[in-house]
Order: sequence, then C-alpha cells, then structure tokens
Amino acid sequence: MKWSERTLIGIPYLWLLVFFLLPFLIVVKISVSEMEMVSFQDIVTWVDGVLNIRIKLSNYLFITQDDLYFKTYVASLKYAAITAALCLFIGYPFAYFMARARASVQPALLMMVMLPFWTSFLLRVYAWKGLLGEGGWVASAFDALGVDTLLMAVGLIPGPGQYLNTPFSLVLGMVYTYVPFMILPLYATLSKMDLRLLEAAYNLGATPWVAFWTVTVPLSRAGIVAGTMLVFIPCVGEFVIPELLGGPQTLMIGRVLWDEFFANNDWPMASAVAVVMVLLIIVPLAWFNKAQADAQEARR
Amino acid sequence: MSRATDAATPRYQRQGRWLSRAWLVAGFAFLYLPIVALVVYSFNDSPLPGRWGGFTLKWFDKLLDDTEVLEGLWLSLRIAFLTACAAVVLGTLAALALVRHKKFTGRTAMVGMLNAPLVMPEVIIGLSLLLMLVSLQRWLGFPERGMLTIWLAHLLVGMAYATVVVQARLQGLNPQLEEAAQDLGARPMQVFFLVTLPMIAQSLLSAWLLTFTLSLDDVVLAAFLSGPGSTTLPLVIFSRARLGVDPSVNAVATVVIAVVALAVIGGSYALARAERRRQQEIAQAAHG
Repeated sequence: MKWSERTLIGIPYLWLLVFFLLPFLIVVKISVSEMEMVSFQDIVTWVDGVLNIRIKLSNYLFITQDDLYFKTYVASLKYAAITAALCLFIGYPFAYFMARARASVQPALLMMVMLPFWTSFLLRVYAWKGLLGEGGWVASAFDALGVDTLLMAVGLIPGPGQYLNTPFSLVLGMVYTYVPFMILPLYATLSKMDLRLLEAAYNLGATPWVAFWTVTVPLSRAGIVAGTMLVFIPCVGEFVIPELLGGPQTLMIGRVLWDEFFANNDWPMASAVAVVMVLLIIVPLAWFNKAQADAQEARR
Repeated sequence: MSRATDAATPRYQRQGRWLSRAWLVAGFAFLYLPIVALVVYSFNDSPLPGRWGGFTLKWFDKLLDDTEVLEGLWLSLRIAFLTACAAVVLGTLAALALVRHKKFTGRTAMVGMLNAPLVMPEVIIGLSLLLMLVSLQRWLGFPERGMLTIWLAHLLVGMAYATVVVQARLQGLNPQLEEAAQDLGARPMQVFFLVTLPMIAQSLLSAWLLTFTLSLDDVVLAAFLSGPGSTTLPLVIFSRARLGVDPSVNAVATVVIAVVALAVIGGSYALARAERRRQQEIAQAAHG
C-alpha cells in the first residue's frame, strides 16, 4: 500500500481511536477507581518502589444489588422497547405509503419528513410541554374526546387532564422525536424494492395481504432492523426528553448517570453506570452495524 | 405500468389509497403540530400557554436585549461552523477510505467506530470524552473545558454523519470517469480535485448543513464539555425549558424555524438547479 493510501485511511482511523475508543477505555478504568475529593484516584500507583494496583468493584456490586438501579435499567429498556415498537407501527405504513406514492411527489414527501430534523430537536420537544400542559391544544382536544379516562384506565397518567410528566408524555415525546429515524431507512429499502416480485406473487395466486407479509416485509428486513435500532439504542440512554417530559416516576438511566455526575459529583459511579449501559446495548449495536453493512451491500 | 393497472384497480386497492392518504396526512400533522404551536404561541400576548391574550411582538423585542441568548447564539454559531467544516473533511477522508479500500486490517473496527456515534446515547459519549480530556489535562495541563472541547465532541458525532452522507454519494459514482482522468495523465491529487470533488460537491454541502444543524442543536454533549463562560444557545434554552413554558423560548424557536425554512427552501432550490445543469452538461458532453 502506498503512503498516500495509508494516510487516507490513517487520519480518520487515528482520530476515531483517540476520540472514540480511548475515552471509553478511560471510562472503564475510572469506573473501578476510588473517589478522591472531587476527582478520582489512579488505579496504578508507585509507593516506595512498590507497584500498587487498586481496583474497586464496589460500584458494580452496588449497581447489581441496589434495587433502584436495577429498576431504572429495566424501565429504560422497557420505554425504549415501547418507543421502538410504536415507531415501527406508525413508521412502517408511513414509509410504505410514501414509497408507493406517485414518483413525482416522493421527493417532496421525503423532504417533508427531513424538514423537522433541521429545526431544533430541543425546541420541538419543548413544544410538547405547551401542547400537553393545562389548556394546551392537545390536552384540550384529549379532554374533550375523553382520551384521559382511557389513559387513566391503562395507568399511563395519574389523574384526569394530567398528561405532562407522566409515562404517557415521555413515550409520546420519544416517539415524536425518533419516528423519522424509523421512516427514513424503511423508505430507503421499500422504495428500492423490485415490484415485479409482488406481481409474481399475485400471479401465483397470493392475496395482497399474503404477498405483503411473505414478500414485502422479508425484503425490507434490513430497513426494519436499522430503523428499530436507530430508535431503540439512543432511547435507552435518552436524557433530554425524560428531563423535559418525564416525571418523577419515569426513571431513565440517562438521568441517573447525569445526576451521579452533575449532582453527586461521583465520577466513578457515573462511569460504572455508563459501562453497564454500554453492555446492555452492545448486542443491539452489533445488530445495527450488520444492518448498515447489509444496506451498503444492497446499494451496490 | 401504473396507467395500465389504474383502469382495473380492484376495490381493495382503492380503499388502500384512501388509507394511505389518511396515514400520511395524520403522520405529517403529528410531525408538524409542535412546530406550528411554537410559532403561534410566540405571538401570544399572554405568557400562559393555555390562554390566547392577543397578538404581540413583545417577546421578539425582549429577545434583542437578552444578552444570555445572544451570546449563546454567537458561540453556538461559531462552534457549529467549525464543526461542520472539520466534519466534512474528516468524513470525506473516512468515506474515501471505506469506498476505495474494501480490504485493510481493522476495516471492520473502523466501520463499527463510525456507526456507533450515530446511535450511542449522548450521555455516554459526553461522559467518556470529558473524562479523557480531564485525564489529558491532568497530564499536560490543557485543554481547558470550553469552546475547543465542545467542538471536539461535536466533531466526533458530526464526522460519523458526514461519512454516511458522503459514502452514499461516492458509491453511486461512475468509476470510469476517474479512470479516464488517470489514463489521460492526471495525478491522484488532480483526479480528486478536478474530477471526484466536483461530482460529490452536492453531498459535501448536505453533509456540511447536516453537521452544522446537529452541532447547533446539541445539549447533552455541550453540557458535559462546556466550562464557565461557554454556554451555548441550546444550554440556555434547556435551562429555561426545564423550569416550564417560557415565552422567550417560543420567540427563539420562531426565529430558528424562520431561518431554517428560508435556508432549506433556498438551498434545495439552488441544489436542484445545479443538479439539473450538471445533468444537462453530462448529456451534452455525451452527445457532442
């Protein structure tokens, strides 16, 4: 390999190693370090010519034994899974209808899905505070339609007319934010599908419903996996949405990490929380990686 | 094909068409409702979101004296500009490396490290980068938390997005054009700047705009990596939004939305025209 090719690969590679991989290894190191004043102690020290290695696993023991942490991890996974499922339910038909719309309107539809991306996500999440708050548009509409009794019956909101700072508003905010991340990869695979395969299925006697489940859905598998992971993984560690729209009962691990770091100043504990979070999402992460690679293959 | 089937559309498909329209309309309503609400409420005289107190421009007027917002905006714009420029350069390098070289040691690891920041929860990225920079600071005495450290974090995420955008374009390129230039005696650098770069220019612009807006929008990374005196606009908005509905935030939102709408409409119009002209030139070159 020539030197010019080596630099081409080397520069981005080195950058990623230094700013992505190395920081994570440091987090792992700090998670087993002792706290020292407002900072952390080195795990390897030289005292009087003796090499001391002190590894503290109590943070991890605490996470596995403490009920609150366990419940928070479970709740984060639960809310992320619910959000991903709802996004798939809303996003799949949406992407499907987009991909089957007239070819001339498809670029405009795609543009309209992307446009909210360009306006601040923070501001759009914040807008739901007004919409769901007392007298807000959505809250008033729900009150008039009696949606609140339904939500109360399911246990998503604590009382009539109280939508904000509940599991309901949290999931609504996450679905709202992440549904375009579901739609875009699904649209990408569905719009490239060879429609002759569907015709073949029809000719062989399949009903539209059967053809949809046996031809269209399996062919869009890469899009489904990519979209679901694009929603699920960031939702597990989401911080801004739970902070703005979640309530005291909606524990999310991103908020716990934030509090350990900013409120308690316990860096080793925050690191341990982060390491456990990464362990939880490592399988979905690998899955996402594979879906991306498959999509790359399909594109060529 | 669609013409032919249209005439004999079975009833279930016509019903399907009705459902498809309804689903798309409802979906777009869901996506755009909060944006419309922000704009409408920014003209509301009453500070309470539930009551309409008449039309006013006073929140915009107050915004002009709001130094916290204005300073945050200036800082955010500078960071976003620097992030976008650097992210496009690094992203293009990474995309070239991945598209041109299908086999090299550690390619899988590189792809993984490029995909991970797209989905990795921001709290993890923010925490890990901060802890590394703190360790570095203990060791070398720099960098201080501030604009530089925020920029580094945004660059890490922005580069991943830029790579995806540029890579998609590079894969669609016709390799014969570059080969032709090589055969005509162009050196690799000349091939890149005279042939490849003009062809991927549009994707570089989209990558630039995408990373610019990502940086302008980020709260979590900035919260971890900002120091005293480096409060970005999203941090200002976030600290106000946490406390409840704030009319000043509505006004900021309307300004942001107006600027974005103008930029996106103008930008996509210019891009569409440039793309059409390029296609015409290629067609002419092919015929002439």
